[in-house]
Amino acid sequence: MIANIPFIAVALLIIVGLYAVIFRKNLIKMLIGITIIESGVNLFLITLGYREGGVAPIFTSAPENTIMMYPVPQALTLTSIVIGVAVLALMLSFIIHMYRHTKSLDARTFGGDDQ
Amino acid sequence: MISLDQLFNTFDTGNGFWNPLLWVIAFVVIFLILYIIIGMGNNAYKKGTSQTQAFLSGNPESEKEAMHVKSSNLYWGWTESMKWIIDALKSMHTGNVGDYILWFVVFMGVLLLFVGLI
Amino acid sequence: MNIMDILVTHGPALLVAIPLLGAFLTPLISKVNDKVRNLFVICTIGITGIILLLVAQQVFDSGPITYVFGSNLNMVQKDTVIRILFEIDALSIFMAFISIILAFAASIYSWGFLGKETGQDKYYTLLLLMTTGMLGMVLTGDLFNFFVFIEITSIASAALIAFWTNKVKAVEAGFKYIFVSTIGALFILFALALLYGQYDALNIAKLADNITFSYLDKIALILFISALAMKGGIVPMHMWLPDAYGRAPASVSLVLVGATQASLYGVFRVLFTLYGNVITLPQISFGWILILLGLLTMLVGVIMAMIQTEFKRLIAYGAVAELGYMFLGVGTGLTIIANPDVALSAAPFAFEAMKGGIFHIINDALDVGLLFMVAGAVYYATKETSLNNLGGLARNMKYTTIFFIIGLFAISGLPPMNGFASKLLIYESTYQLNPILSIIAILSSIMLLAVFVKIFQSVFLGPKMKKFEHVTEAPKSMLLAMGIIAAIIIFFGLFPDLIITHLVEPAANALIHPEQYLQWLTGGI
Repeated sequence: MIANIPFIAVALLIIVGLYAVIFRKNLIKMLIGITIIESGVNLFLITLGYREGGVAPIFTSAPENTIMMYPVPQALTLTSIVIGVAVLALMLSFIIHMYRHTKSLDARTFGGDDQ
Repeated sequence: MISLDQLFNTFDTGNGFWNPLLWVIAFVVIFLILYIIIGMGNNAYKKGTSQTQAFLSGNPESEKEAMHVKSSNLYWGWTESMKWIIDALKSMHTGNVGDYILWFVVFMGVLLLFVGLI
Repeated sequence: MNIMDILVTHGPALLVAIPLLGAFLTPLISKVNDKVRNLFVICTIGITGIILLLVAQQVFDSGPITYVFGSNLNMVQKDTVIRILFEIDALSIFMAFISIILAFAASIYSWGFLGKETGQDKYYTLLLLMTTGMLGMVLTGDLFNFFVFIEITSIASAALIAFWTNKVKAVEAGFKYIFVSTIGALFILFALALLYGQYDALNIAKLADNITFSYLDKIALILFISALAMKGGIVPMHMWLPDAYGRAPASVSLVLVGATQASLYGVFRVLFTLYGNVITLPQISFGWILILLGLLTMLVGVIMAMIQTEFKRLIAYGAVAELGYMFLGVGTGLTIIANPDVALSAAPFAFEAMKGGIFHIINDALDVGLLFMVAGAVYYATKETSLNNLGGLARNMKYTTIFFIIGLFAISGLPPMNGFASKLLIYESTYQLNPILSIIAILSSIMLLAVFVKIFQSVFLGPKMKKFEHVTEAPKSMLLAMGIIAAIIIFFGLFPDLIITHLVEPAANALIHPEQYLQWLTGGI
């Protein structure tokens, strides 16, 4: 049961993030919702690399006869974090532009079909 | 690499065939025939009399620029009769980004329900 | 080793590396001169196209190529595949052709369209980055690599959509695009983490070999299809598409069509190749899901297109409607393939439907691209976007009108253009599955014709307007780009058999027989 706590945390994070994205109207809050979803997915990737009784996967002066954790999910997570930072910076710069023009952060003012 | 006679093949759809070059030849032939027939003219047509003026149910003809039908007024009959479905679709396209993700989650939920239970 | 050997051996890597190098060199070269930079961008894409032809010849001769980055294929372990691979088969070559043609036309078109605007060096850098991303998405054989290239394409596209930063509407459209794209990409990452956790492999061929259709695999498949369909603009998640296509500059809309179709390539790759061995197992057939989505997309796209009053937004809804045809064709094929009782040879219409759906991908890209370029030319000449204020432009812009007529015939499926060839295949083969599908497809085609005739009448025909007296024809580079795409459309329309046997049939065969994709893993070198 204890071993399942990270997976339950991942599910909770993704649900909270989706709630913030769908049901909030402030653009900054939607952005924070995307960040929470991204944290949840990164946590899921890291948790997959766990092996019972293992040590960190570093070769230099590793202890003898021990099993190591899987290193591949750690590389995937690093890539995903970096991509997330870039996307977050881009979205924030768009929000700053939109705020300067219309002085509002409400998602409903940026309508679709009306001209 | 590609031989010349392969260019003019017809392709077979399993239930019929389509050869665009035969179509072009048939189109040109029929067009020439019709052009010659129409070009022979009509004896009852007198140009310049009131026979050639536009009929606007008795209203006077205004200047040329105002007579151009604007694009939102075209197909008025169709948009009026389909008003129920057009209004329903328009109310779905709100423009709010959160609603876009709501549609995504609903779609994913419906698919998960189908594949998980059936 | 002469230069030809290097090009042929390392072709797959060069296809991604050359646009990437060009993208980073562009700001340096733009310090010299503007014309030199534009020529450099066009030459980079041209060289990539030539290398693509060399790689394509190799693929059509001897089957899928596997290219391992940094090692030889013999030295990659068979039981744990540890390096990143590019695996190029006929469908990848088909999608890469679309990307290169669209990028080439866009780079020629931007020369005249942007004119004297500022920030052009950043524009060309982002255009080359988008080309890199699209080519990487279709050539890769590794799932995480696919995710990284999706993100590269999304970020470059979002910055390009918001190119006119002085207008709020364009920045808003870019924000909506990157928002929707990020959510989609995060769910793709979640799904591939699910698959990785079960089978300890990220390579598509290795996963396809080991996959069983367990409960988590079903969830991963649903997540993949939903997220990639959202990025591809399938109803009901299509709502970002009119905003993004309608407010971007016209050359960006052109390349964006290629990027959304690369996401649809992702759906087909996941359904047919990754889950290829187990697609016969589920009770509910995914073919019918694809068919229903295709019908819904066609109807909603065309009904919303009737009531628009902005030029490019209307064409964007037409593009949404055209996406439905691809899903309809491929879904009909999948319905027969996934049924283990009916053999494929007993129902030849399934193969015809797959050919029709895949041929429609390139037809749609070319037709919608030409229409966007015409819309851009009209905007460049008159600075008006609303259809209510335009009229009588055929007197001033003769060549643009001719290109619009070619695009109109092509997109509504009238002979002798290429749209008719692919739509005929789709009509005749879906009729045999269920007549209603064919009826809805023909109905939607007729309504598309109505929509575009409406544009033609209100923009090009009509009396001479006083405010448009100074309007002249579009610049020569824009006409050249439109001419290239129109020439390809007419060529595909007059000789469809050539294209179908040489380009489309290998791609459809590659989807139906996933054993070819796994040959390097299971067959032994």
